[in-house]
Amino acid sequence: MSGAAALLALEDGTTYRGTAIGAEGESFGEVVCNTAMAGYQEVLTDPSYAGQIVAMTAPQQGNYGIADEDDESWGVQVAGFVVREASRRASSWRADRTLQDALAGAGVVAIEGLDTRALTLTVRERGAMRAAISTVDLDPPSLVARVGTSPGMAGADLARTVTTSAPYAAADLVGPAAPDHGPILRVAAYDLGMKRNILRLLAAHGIETTVFPAQTPAAEVAAGEFEGVFFSNGPGDPAATAYGIAACRDLLGKVPIFGICLGNQMLGLALGGRTYKMAFGHRGVNHPVQDLATGAVAITSHNHGFAVDPAAWTRDAEGYAVTDHGRVHLSHWNLNDGTLEGMRCLDVPAFSVQYHPEAAPGPHDAVPLFAEFRAAMEAV
Amino acid sequence: MPRRQDLHRIMVIGSGPIVIGQACEFDYSGTQACTVLRREGFEISLVNSNPATIMTDPSFADRTYIEPLTPASVLAVIEREKPDAILPTLGGQTGLNVSVALAESGELDRLGVRLIGASLEAIHMAEDRSGFQRAMRDAGLDVPRSGTATTVEGALALGPELGFPVIVRASFTLGGGGSGFAADAAELATTASRGLAASPVGEILIEESIAGWKEFELEVMRDGADDAVIVCSIENVDPMGVHTGDSITVAPQMTLTDREYQQMRDAAIQVLRVIGVETGGSNVQFAVDPRTGRQVVIEMNPRVSRSSALASKATGFPIAKIAALLAVGYRLEEIRNDITRETPAAFEPTLDYVVVKVPRFAFEKFPEASPVLGSTMKSVGEVMAIGRTFREALGKAWRGIEKEPLGSGWPDGRGAGSLDALAVGSEDRLHRIGAALATGHGVDEVAAASDVDPWFVDQIARTVEEASGVRGRPLSMLGAGDLRAAKRAGLGDAAIAGLTGATEAAVRRHRDALGVSPVFKTVDTCAGEFPASTPYHYSTYEETDEVRPAERPRVVILGAGPNRIGQGIEFDYACVHAAFALEEAGFESVMLNSNPETVSTDYDTSSRLYFEPLAPEDVLAVCRRETPVGVIAQFGGQTPLRLARTLQEEGFTILGTPPDAIDLAEDRGKFAEVLAELAIPAPPHGEARTMAEAREVASRIGYPVVVRPSYVLGGRAMEIVYDDDELERFVRSAAEASPDHPVLVDRFLEGAIEVDVDAVVDAHGDVFVGAVMEHIEEAGVHSGDSSCQIPPATLSDDELDTIEDIARRLGRRLGVVGLLNLQLAVKDERIWVLEANPRASRTVPFVSKVIGVSLARVATLVLTGASLEDLRGRGVVPTAAHHYRHLPYTSVKAAVLPFGRFEGADTILGPEMRSTGEVMGIDADSGMALAKAMVAAGHALPVSGTVFVSVANRDKRAIVFPAKRLADLGFRLMATRGTAGVLERAGIPVERVAKVSEADDNVAARITAGDIDLVINTPFGRAPRTDGSRIRTASATAGVPCITTLPGVFAAVRGIETLMGEPTEPRSIQEHHAAAVAGPSQGRLRFEPPSGAGP
Ligand SMILES: Nc1ncnc2c1ncn2[C@@H]1O[C@H](COP(=O)(O)OP(=O)(O)O)[C@@H](O)[C@H]1O
Ligand SMILES: Nc1ncnc2c1ncn2[C@@H]1O[C@H](COP(=O)(O)OP(=O)(O)O)[C@@H](O)[C@H]1O
Ligand SMILES: [Mg+2]
Ligand SMILES: [Mg+2]
Repeated sequence: MSGAAALLALEDGTTYRGTAIGAEGESFGEVVCNTAMAGYQEVLTDPSYAGQIVAMTAPQQGNYGIADEDDESWGVQVAGFVVREASRRASSWRADRTLQDALAGAGVVAIEGLDTRALTLTVRERGAMRAAISTVDLDPPSLVARVGTSPGMAGADLARTVTTSAPYAAADLVGPAAPDHGPILRVAAYDLGMKRNILRLLAAHGIETTVFPAQTPAAEVAAGEFEGVFFSNGPGDPAATAYGIAACRDLLGKVPIFGICLGNQMLGLALGGRTYKMAFGHRGVNHPVQDLATGAVAITSHNHGFAVDPAAWTRDAEGYAVTDHGRVHLSHWNLNDGTLEGMRCLDVPAFSVQYHPEAAPGPHDAVPLFAEFRAAMEAV
Repeated sequence: MPRRQDLHRIMVIGSGPIVIGQACEFDYSGTQACTVLRREGFEISLVNSNPATIMTDPSFADRTYIEPLTPASVLAVIEREKPDAILPTLGGQTGLNVSVALAESGELDRLGVRLIGASLEAIHMAEDRSGFQRAMRDAGLDVPRSGTATTVEGALALGPELGFPVIVRASFTLGGGGSGFAADAAELATTASRGLAASPVGEILIEESIAGWKEFELEVMRDGADDAVIVCSIENVDPMGVHTGDSITVAPQMTLTDREYQQMRDAAIQVLRVIGVETGGSNVQFAVDPRTGRQVVIEMNPRVSRSSALASKATGFPIAKIAALLAVGYRLEEIRNDITRETPAAFEPTLDYVVVKVPRFAFEKFPEASPVLGSTMKSVGEVMAIGRTFREALGKAWRGIEKEPLGSGWPDGRGAGSLDALAVGSEDRLHRIGAALATGHGVDEVAAASDVDPWFVDQIARTVEEASGVRGRPLSMLGAGDLRAAKRAGLGDAAIAGLTGATEAAVRRHRDALGVSPVFKTVDTCAGEFPASTPYHYSTYEETDEVRPAERPRVVILGAGPNRIGQGIEFDYACVHAAFALEEAGFESVMLNSNPETVSTDYDTSSRLYFEPLAPEDVLAVCRRETPVGVIAQFGGQTPLRLARTLQEEGFTILGTPPDAIDLAEDRGKFAEVLAELAIPAPPHGEARTMAEAREVASRIGYPVVVRPSYVLGGRAMEIVYDDDELERFVRSAAEASPDHPVLVDRFLEGAIEVDVDAVVDAHGDVFVGAVMEHIEEAGVHSGDSSCQIPPATLSDDELDTIEDIARRLGRRLGVVGLLNLQLAVKDERIWVLEANPRASRTVPFVSKVIGVSLARVATLVLTGASLEDLRGRGVVPTAAHHYRHLPYTSVKAAVLPFGRFEGADTILGPEMRSTGEVMGIDADSGMALAKAMVAAGHALPVSGTVFVSVANRDKRAIVFPAKRLADLGFRLMATRGTAGVLERAGIPVERVAKVSEADDNVAARITAGDIDLVINTPFGRAPRTDGSRIRTASATAGVPCITTLPGVFAAVRGIETLMGEPTEPRSIQEHHAAAVAGPSQGRLRFEPPSGAGP
């Protein structure tokens, strides 16, 4: 192994030595594990990972390099990156650069050469932890101590740090809405850390999207007379994202709403529910989610450390959640661990899922949810 | 959807004998299906002709029929069993094709039997290559340009249209059967006619060649509710053009971005929907253009396959088991993931390790055949290795392949051929790539020349760099860091030894001293997201170990490694039974094996499974981790025997026969002394280390002699030689076979009857003789290639008593504890011992099935302390003496040879084993048992037509009787000059035909033209390119049964007589065994002409 030495330290005192594959320096964040075998580029550029040090469980990463057109946002978003081995060579007819160059270029500190499975099992047992990667402080006790004083995820409002500074038209980024779905529908999207493939899929379903900064007041969006409002995925503690919750609450019932990931949590909280921090979280592309409405099981892409607590609401005779916006069908469930993965409001036009129907990375099984959003808008 | 209520009795069809392209992966899938379906309360009837399988053990189905897998005989079983449904998707291509034939003939409908798992339409659309391509195009999926042909002319017309080179692909075949590339019209003509012959439906696809593209496979499961998951993605290191089965492959796929991978995933699931595979597993093959990313569909198999076995072992997701459950109505979400216990089967396994498969070839046994790899599969087995990186896994795979020099790591520049040569697929292409890199060629250059993806080439480059960093340094100079880096790069101890000039043992000791040793991780289907409850482990050079402490004392079973000619599924059978018996005896069974096709590497078989190469460093690492009370080395064939000594030296206990006793039996010099001491006759023999010695020994004992190396299996490099020149030729090739052991020269007992014995010896020297088998072919045909029968056909009880007595005395004297296999020859009223194998033999499963007692189980109980006396008391071993002699039925084992695969290979049988598998015929009527064995082995005996006869001079008189009989039975006889003369003089009408050397319209031409239904040709010596060899190769290519031994002829005649008579009703082996307990013995079948007839 060539590069400079690097050290990964966890809150609980565990440390791992390895080699630097990104920028020199150090970075602090919450260490999380992603079990996707391919798709590291989409992971790196997903704003939902802001403030997190992502460890990939698949040992060999960077094999096909980085193809700029596959970015899910304007650049690398993770706080740090951990792999067992980064390929020194990018092999793909589409590759623009190697993984290492992309990390270094983005100034992201990253480490390779450690037992990432050992790391994963530690995190699974002890839960998500604060951590740091450093190429300057290679003294375990000292780095561990500094991890101990770094801020954690709980209570962190990170959406504001990754959202767009000004409204813009999605068409500028992903091209015009597809004409072959009937009338073009206009949607306002709250960018809480939105992935590009969401915009691509909205456009592909004949939806023309205007993207708004996370803190845009509901009134401003309402004034735009959009046919629907979308709440995107994003990083941080949903409970701390007060502006998003408020906007969602104000718009509920006025216009069809679709939420993904953090957007799902916004809806849950707007409906008077609770969110909680999961021990290990879901980060991968192989989670089975069943939609109780159809019984169908989709293999889905996940990236969440918080979830909506199904016990927050009382249930009526049919088992629907009773909220101050009427009955809500707690419709999507994770078959692995019974996490609530999505809901459909029955008395107002709104629904959301905790996982990522836009995939990127991951299977396309849940893409039809975008058609469901379109249908919801056509229904009013 | 819960379990279907309309089904009660299900019939499972196996895949028959092991052939190239169809090995024990179908025993694995079938065994899983039988087990899980019975657990679900279904009644299972099973049909399979292969006695070496676990699935055909009486305990795995309610009724087990060991019958030929032909539509006719399977139908006979169906008539008797009246199942509600047939599960056709677990028996490979054979099971599928038989089911299709029965469905099409309308018989299934007539009997109200349903196909579950895949409908007739679906099978058709998938297997008919042109229909498949049409369906793909209609679904908007991309496929290579192509056209269909049913005649050579049709094919020739398509060539120019598509543009050469093209590939010919045959429908309803496996292992690339009947496929091949054609660079021009001439080549197309030959390839096309071969393809048309190979396809059961006489249809071929002519397709643009996309050789050099990247090749991928996805394993898909789909349930009745249309939920689908991808179990595993597999990428071929060898590009398109080399059959997947012959390619080095890796899982998961390494070089596709998520975008391209998801596109492939969508396509794979769509393929299942389009083809209409309602439930179960299928594999879909893709090719990707490395320049543009264009993806095309190559084929799909609507059934479990070899790659699904690999995928199951690679991911921990048991495809066959789940396919069976889906077929009876369950949904993926309703089935539990065995490994996590918490999560459902509706998920996609994710790997945090890398799996590499490397195929095992047997070209050394077919010198006449080309070792170039193409679209027709030639490998006979494979190893799978797991590591944390591709390099680590590949290094382990090379160790597991047990084939020097491939095993001992990475080459230096030496042996680097020209870059262009890298374009040719071969068993050592990666080593040639390594050599090219070592001589300074760049990764891109090499990748361009070989069409191997630059990523893989760079991985090899990294190992080559690591190796050159170690090369030439004294071992003592290598520090812990260096060794760790070398191990992580996949360099085995043997490789490091080669690089540093030390011994493998020295490297191991140095590593131990520096504390550089592997840890064990777990295959858990979920990359650590959920706790795993199944102890399924692999070694890797990492930080933390995951093996949990055991509750009970442990015994390690060393498996047989990759299938190869001479060491196949039979040995896995013994290992699996050992695992079962150990549980029974209160131990934890720890299985160590590297063969992904097997039942032994199913995590359900043993208490703990280690997927590791059977190399010293890997076996020792496992033993040190498990600290077993003992290690069983006598069930995995020759492989573990070689490790026994090392294990003992490292302080581990070898259960049963100790290494010294093994030596005594294996070292033919020492063994001869033992025989002399016991006054047991053995062929006069001598040892030679030089040519001169050999010549002198030969002249002392007299020609013909058998030459062979010691310490080999399957008669490797063994020959019968008739004079000094032949001797010279063969001593060289034989000597190569095992350098540090002498060449052995034995008097060849010409025309002797050969006999096999399988017995178990306990610690007190008590011996249980499972059975004495009498071979049909004379001594000189390897026991693995010859047919044999129980009860013996011609041996008298006195002779059998003597043979059993020899077994007893030898067993005691050698100090055998456990299994003992003897081979003897009976000639001139004397009984000679040819060899003793202190281990499980190829015939253990056959004997076990015939006598209804599992020899491996008996042996395991003996190894763990039981005495045969106890076991008789417990009813595990029959109390009646000579149980095998008095069975009310006859069982015949016949071998299956792969000549069809190796164009130009001579089909004459000799002392070097070349068969890949075996079948069994069992029937109350001895003639029918024989006929069944022959039919099952693919020698469909004709009941009318023309028989061509041409025999060696020494056989000319003896052939008269069977020839006459055939004539009386209404066959037309055809012969060349010599033989014709003899027959005419005996008053038998015969048509004369020209020898190959005489005219163009000769016998070979007539065979090819299909004018001949049976060929009888007994050769003398083994000179290639003679008339004889031409005749035999012609019949092999034309698929005409060809009998090359006199006893074989008598047997065939007997078989034909029976086939012309009334068919007998098939019986399950459970019924046969029940009858054996009571029923009286029958008259034994005799092959030799009744007195009076013949000479
Ligand atoms: N159009 C083609 N051009 C080049 N190679 C091909 C083509 N089609 C198939 N092959 C090669 O032939 C092999 C066998 O083809 P396949 O259809 O998979 O046969 P089988 O059904 O026996 O597996 C494939 O693994 C692939 O390497
Ligand atoms: N002296 C001999 N005379 C006749 N045939 C022999 C003799 N020695 C060996 N053979 C034949 O060669 C075959 C292989 O020999 P064997 O010692 O069994 O080798 P392997 O160890 O490979 O089984 C035997 O099955 C037998 O048919
Ligand atoms: Mg294939
Ligand atoms: Mg033998």
